[in-house]
Amino acid sequence: MATLHRLDWRKAVTTAVLFAVSLLFLLPFLWMLTTSFKLEKDVFVYPIEWIPKQWNAIANYKEVWFGRYPFYIYYWNSIKVSVITVLVSCTTSSLAAYGFSKVRFKAGKWLFLIVLATYMVPSQAILVPQFILYRNIGLFDSHFGLILLSSFSVLGTFMLRQFFMGVNQEYIESAKIDGAGHLRTFWSIAFPLVKPAVATYAILRFIWTWNDYQNPLIFLRTDGLYTIPLAMQKFTSMSGEFYSLIMAGAVSAIVPLLIVFIIGQKSVIEGIALGGVKG
Amino acid sequence: MTQPAAVPEAVKPARRRLSLSAGETLAGFLFVSPMLIGVTVLVLLPILAALALSLADWNFVQGWDGIKWIGFENFRKLWDDPAFIRSIRNNFLFLLAVPVYMLISMVLAVLIDRYVYWKGFFKVAYFMPYISNIVAVAVVWQVLFHPSYGPINEMLQAIGIANPPKWIADPKFALYSIMMITVWISIGFNLIIYIAGLQSIPRDLYEAADIDGASALVKFARITFPLLSPTSFFLLVTGIISSFKVFDIIAVMTQGGPIGSTSLMVWYLYDQAFNNLKIGYASSVSVVLFLFVFLITAGQWIAQKKWVNY
Repeated sequence: MATLHRLDWRKAVTTAVLFAVSLLFLLPFLWMLTTSFKLEKDVFVYPIEWIPKQWNAIANYKEVWFGRYPFYIYYWNSIKVSVITVLVSCTTSSLAAYGFSKVRFKAGKWLFLIVLATYMVPSQAILVPQFILYRNIGLFDSHFGLILLSSFSVLGTFMLRQFFMGVNQEYIESAKIDGAGHLRTFWSIAFPLVKPAVATYAILRFIWTWNDYQNPLIFLRTDGLYTIPLAMQKFTSMSGEFYSLIMAGAVSAIVPLLIVFIIGQKSVIEGIALGGVKG
Repeated sequence: MTQPAAVPEAVKPARRRLSLSAGETLAGFLFVSPMLIGVTVLVLLPILAALALSLADWNFVQGWDGIKWIGFENFRKLWDDPAFIRSIRNNFLFLLAVPVYMLISMVLAVLIDRYVYWKGFFKVAYFMPYISNIVAVAVVWQVLFHPSYGPINEMLQAIGIANPPKWIADPKFALYSIMMITVWISIGFNLIIYIAGLQSIPRDLYEAADIDGASALVKFARITFPLLSPTSFFLLVTGIISSFKVFDIIAVMTQGGPIGSTSLMVWYLYDQAFNNLKIGYASSVSVVLFLFVFLITAGQWIAQKKWVNY
């Protein structure tokens, strides 16, 4: 460990190079942020003013949040849809994961294979029948319908099943000997042991639901029900050339996610690395 | 006290076992039923419906009576439909983005894992596009790529390129522009998976190579690259599958244009179903899409045994 107090110059050079490359990833975000603070006439001034000379931040954000397309409504919609989806999806997935791993029943193996096989189907291949179904059973254009669409996650079931399988079978057996039913065993023994995995899945599901554009686009019609990504797109096409406002909207759309990501950074990265999962 | 003797000892545990296993089956079904019902109604039935509708000529506004069953006519029409063939060709062109972002991610992962300070910072920086809202990201790039006064073209002009491309407004460049943004978005995910893959390579292999005096390049070619092959294979397959599912970025940035140059299969499906209301025709596109994904997945199972160096 001779290098402990000495700067390894090769490492320093690589760090500098990678930092320069990382600017390609960070500058678009920085541009978005500074543009959202600018007067419209300064948006395309070149060279780029990374720190605006004239600030218009309050007016821009006020227009985005309380103007013609009030973001506070869409925020509320997004929070409502994402939180409920996370709760329902975690419940259905962990119940099914427990059933498929800790309850010994013959049909279980086959049912699991059927459920797993549906993971192969691209969501877009079944959009049309889902749309027709929703129109006919009255779930179209409602948050409830939107929530149901992402509440039955094969991926979540598969991920959590891996963790439930890791729960020592002896705990389950001894609970049974003590007279506990499966529901009791699930709730007071197995579930607490896989809680970290459920939390990881919950964060991922939150990010995916928050970012979902496709389902709201197809299954919502009423302005007042829009979630952030759909509202963002409508707002952009309505605001046309008001780029400072559009960027204020974009910042508003991204910031909550960044907060969730930074708080849950370790679980998000580990969860993604572990399951090799992709929204 | 003759009552207990009426039940032979041997029968007792057997009956108990029977009711126990019936209880287990019931419990099993109860635990998996919410998921099972959801998947059946929202996925399995729609799959069957999509298969059936692909054989129909049906416009949504006609109502149920308007369905005409026409066999495989839709597929024959698809084969002769230049717009559809073009979107398949675009899809295959789009696949080129996959090895590009995999290669960049692999190099970045090796460097970040071993040769830099502030690992945590780099992971987050490169990962940001992946977790960001794709609509917001697409909108930002739309403005950055603005042909006449977007910052990118201003910069290109400043360094002496007189006629920079019009990016997403130019049919020749639009698809490549979208591919560039896809590379930019996908690096974060691939990087994280590669870093996880690197951590499973035993350190003593590198130590042994050091003793033999191997250079960094030799170590990469002989140890890192081959031992990452399961990771690369996984990323290749998920990358190919996800490039067949690309939709959001097209819908926000180009709507398949200009003149069909960025129409990918899923965009074409959406356009047929929800803009032209041709439900039957769109369903036949769904079936083709499903077939592609199915073939890739099946190919993965076969290739996995052959190629991957475990």
